[in-house]
Amino acid sequence: MASTIRVRATSSGETTEVQALIQHPMDSGFVKDAKGELIPPHFIQQLTFEYDGKPVFAADWGGGVSKDPYVKFAFKGGKKGDDLKISWVDNKGATDSTTAKIQ
Amino acid sequence: MTITGNGFSAKRRLILQGTAAVALIGLGNIPFGLMPAFAAANDKYPEDAFKQKSDADAIKLLYGKTAEASDKVKLDAPEIAENGAVVPVSVSTTLADVTSISFLVSENPNALIASYRIPAGTLPAIANRIKMAKTSNVIVVVEAGGKLYSATKEVKVTVGGCGG
Repeated sequence: MASTIRVRATSSGETTEVQALIQHPMDSGFVKDAKGELIPPHFIQQLTFEYDGKPVFAADWGGGVSKDPYVKFAFKGGKKGDDLKISWVDNKGATDSTTAKIQ
Repeated sequence: MTITGNGFSAKRRLILQGTAAVALIGLGNIPFGLMPAFAAANDKYPEDAFKQKSDADAIKLLYGKTAEASDKVKLDAPEIAENGAVVPVSVSTTLADVTSISFLVSENPNALIASYRIPAGTLPAIANRIKMAKTSNVIVVVEAGGKLYSATKEVKVTVGGCGG
């Protein structure tokens, strides 16, 4: 199965810029469907990025993050060809993870 | 032609200044709760903070303290968001020793949107996309050197992203 996570990590030598796009409904629990019934909450709660065995970025998210969330950050270091590990867990306990090569 | 004294407007200015000072003092009186000061140190998901309706309560639960506005926190958000379901918001700061950055929307059903932990070596700059139910202040809080700083910007929303 294709991963829900798409990542682009680009090293400029000194820093590595990371952009991630994740496929997820991010239902807040406040929106009603066509029948007028509330769509139950379903959103990613935690997202982590690991490089060289250490966390370089960690997110706690609520239902207010947009559907198919996008996030961008940068960290010092990171070599071209090295792995960056990304994983998330949502409020229903579902998880996904992937490993991206730094370009 | 003679010009008469303008004593009236001078007095008026004094009164206005006085009012502004009182308004500023009033904001500082938020009482301290019994919040654990080290809550941000662990990796547990801050479930309660995400359930708060007001931005002030969410910040207090998350950090155990209140934030002061700082021009060193640069919040970039659109003036007008045509689609409240996807509002691009980013932040950067020149503050040193940043450990955490959080985004809040005052008028959303739950004010806290996202909270990021910034380990040493990661740059204090984040871009993400958030939902806004209606026109509201967007608040970003930066924890740096154990203190909290914030920046606020109003974003006008023409079509809400949280309604049904």
